[in-house]
Amino acid sequence: MTNRPRTPGITRRGLMKSAGAIGAAGLILPASYRKAMAEPKRGGTFRIGFGHGNTTDSLNPALWDQAFVQVLGNTMHNYLTVIGPDGQLQPELAESWEASSDAATWTFKLREGVTFHNGKDVVAEDVIASLNHHRGEDSASAAAPIVEAITDIRADGDKVVVITLEAGDADFPFILSDYHLPILPAEDGRIDYTKGIGCGGYILESFEPGVDAHFTRNPDYWKSDHAHFDRVELYAILDSAARQNALITGEVDVIDRPDLNTIHMLERAGANIISVSGTQHYTFVMDSRVAPFSDNNVRMALKYGINRQQLVDTVLSGFGVVGNDHPIGRSNRFHADELEQREFDPDRARYHLQQAGMDSLSVDLSASDAAFSGAVDAAVLFSESAAQAGITVNPVREPSDGYWSNVWMVKPFTAVYWGGRPTEDWMFSTAYAAGAPWNDGFWEHDRFMELLRAARSELDEDLRREMYVEMQQIVRDEGSNIIPMFSNYVMATADNVMTPEQIGSNTTLDGVRATERWWFA
Amino acid sequence: MAHVWRMIAQRLAFGLVTLFVVSIIIFGATELLPGDFAQAVLGQAATPEAVATIRRELGLDRPWAVRYFDWLFGVLQGDFGTSLAQRGRPVTDMILSRLGNTFFLAIYAAAMAVPLALTLGVLVALWRNSLFDRIANSTALSAISFPEFFVAYILIFVLAQSGYFPSMARMPAGADLGEKLYRAFLPALTLTLVVTAHMMRMTRAAIINLLASPYIEMARLKGMRPSRVIIRHALPNAIAPIANVVAINLAYLITGVVVVEVVFVYPGLGQLMVDSVSRRDIPVVQAIALIFAAAYVLLNLTADVISTLSNPRLMHRT
Repeated sequence: MTNRPRTPGITRRGLMKSAGAIGAAGLILPASYRKAMAEPKRGGTFRIGFGHGNTTDSLNPALWDQAFVQVLGNTMHNYLTVIGPDGQLQPELAESWEASSDAATWTFKLREGVTFHNGKDVVAEDVIASLNHHRGEDSASAAAPIVEAITDIRADGDKVVVITLEAGDADFPFILSDYHLPILPAEDGRIDYTKGIGCGGYILESFEPGVDAHFTRNPDYWKSDHAHFDRVELYAILDSAARQNALITGEVDVIDRPDLNTIHMLERAGANIISVSGTQHYTFVMDSRVAPFSDNNVRMALKYGINRQQLVDTVLSGFGVVGNDHPIGRSNRFHADELEQREFDPDRARYHLQQAGMDSLSVDLSASDAAFSGAVDAAVLFSESAAQAGITVNPVREPSDGYWSNVWMVKPFTAVYWGGRPTEDWMFSTAYAAGAPWNDGFWEHDRFMELLRAARSELDEDLRREMYVEMQQIVRDEGSNIIPMFSNYVMATADNVMTPEQIGSNTTLDGVRATERWWFA
Repeated sequence: MAHVWRMIAQRLAFGLVTLFVVSIIIFGATELLPGDFAQAVLGQAATPEAVATIRRELGLDRPWAVRYFDWLFGVLQGDFGTSLAQRGRPVTDMILSRLGNTFFLAIYAAAMAVPLALTLGVLVALWRNSLFDRIANSTALSAISFPEFFVAYILIFVLAQSGYFPSMARMPAGADLGEKLYRAFLPALTLTLVVTAHMMRMTRAAIINLLASPYIEMARLKGMRPSRVIIRHALPNAIAPIANVVAINLAYLITGVVVVEVVFVYPGLGQLMVDSVSRRDIPVVQAIALIFAAAYVLLNLTADVISTLSNPRLMHRT
């Protein structure tokens, strides 16, 4: 196993037992250090309260969207690959893989001796059926665009899967860690997700959509040093006050998305706050096809007219970092540290406005709390800072209901939430490539596309870095997204919940693997 | 008595018409909402191809009239269809456990609220304008004036954070009645505080209204004790308005408690209804709307039957 929590040679627990006085020393150490040193222990019922969960959730991986179902999927299923706490890709059901020299043909070798909860061996046929669930002309899967590049999947014996892509993609194994792509048992070449069978660390006992899901530990789980709890229970607790009360009164052990405005009260009540900076970011996207946003000077004026630090301090209550108008997070491999951070600068905003031949500018900004929590407030703050540069931004509160179908990518200037992606190529291909279904700025850039294609099949790390840095710069200076802030993943835990030293930053709850990686003191 | 049966039959027939009209209105209103199930469930991840596929698979690309009558014929044969979101899961199966929870909470709250409200109503009528009357009134009115979630938060702060009662009313599988009553106590208490004032004030008003009538004056002049005047003579004649207000509040307890469900994480019908509307899961919305409408129809009918039975003048009308 590769991502097992670091433990020292002598167990600290053993030492602790022998001398009660060392308990006092423990108090002096920072909380995170004490935790990291503790050795994972088996047992207990682990209960998580989510700020998500809807009665329309289902076991169909093609429709999974928010954290509740992502954790559900990662609790009962395994994936071919998994993103480790350090952001590096780790093998899971695929023991190893190799690419052809053009990175267009990938051969995955499956792990021996892994069985599904019904006792069936995990073989190539299951992998093929699980991936095909999202492919094809009439795919109704939210993951269809990310597996679109696959032209052929074939088995080479029971334990080898060969995947052919339409063009080289050096990051392809990352795609296979996407939460939509768990491996389910195949029956006649198709998967039947309704049975709730996977090969993950816990066996699904019951699932009531929008309410709860219960699991028991899988006694035959192939990772002997993972999945430490006897039982796992997931609860949908949409009301944030109810969620915090549930944690304070001991009804659950962990909650995600605590209300940031009242988080100090939660801390006072004895909860631990975990805050991880990752790829999650909030954007204001402009439709680059329509005036005035078709003029890059207008876009630049708006980018200089927003006070990023103020947004981080107020909308995120400090749980985040400022963005630099490109979607690559600081934890990404090829984040461009060398690019200068863009600051609020009314004079430069005015300058760009003049370059665009305008004295003043008035635009409507559509926002709703469906875009991200605090989006309307953020729009109002934007409007105030932009006013100092002579730009009128009218915040328009849109209905949350139907925001993604009727406002986003329909209105010319909207607030948007992005979970981010673990790789640069994935993020850029999803939302910045010309013609991509989620290119919400309808932005097209020839040099950018050239680099995107070249970097994707390039296997030399240094060359790739160079290209991705240039792409970040292009998006920053010419793109149609204002990206003022990256929001941390914030969670709160009861004080007996132990976590490894390093917590995954690719998504919330330790890369939605908390049920597998965490344990009780 | 015969005309009571006739009235019940007639009202039930009208009730069916009401349900039919409600189903059309709800279906039409859901159609008018922007977006459909395919867009709602895919959210930000919607691509035109995926939306089209889901629509085709679920038959959402057919005209609304066709879908409505398709649904209606199913219902007439006792088939409420399957949920759009939980493919293959019958709506009835989805709703039944929630319905049980909703009824449990409604009955629990009613069992506390109705006796409390009626007793208080009689007492404040008896001692009207006394200090007791004023305290009872102002307490009940303040409880009803706060928004439900506020009352709920106060109760959580006082009774849950101190560890007396759980803040989440979720029911573990196989909980016995005692455990259920314990876990659902705070939501039931919240609802009790919210509905008591209305019933108490109506009881008080109805009784005080009657106290001005000549026959009460007569009873008093005979030297009857005030409590006997109220319980023996005034109360029976006040049953009709009281039954009506109780019916309205019971219907509210069944249909209108989504806020309390959310705050106490109680899986009832209200939350299911709101979720299903936001995801445009029409079969589920329709089924719940019918249940809610039926609750109103039946409770109003019950109130009317009680009023009729309690009033000899109505009983002996030909």
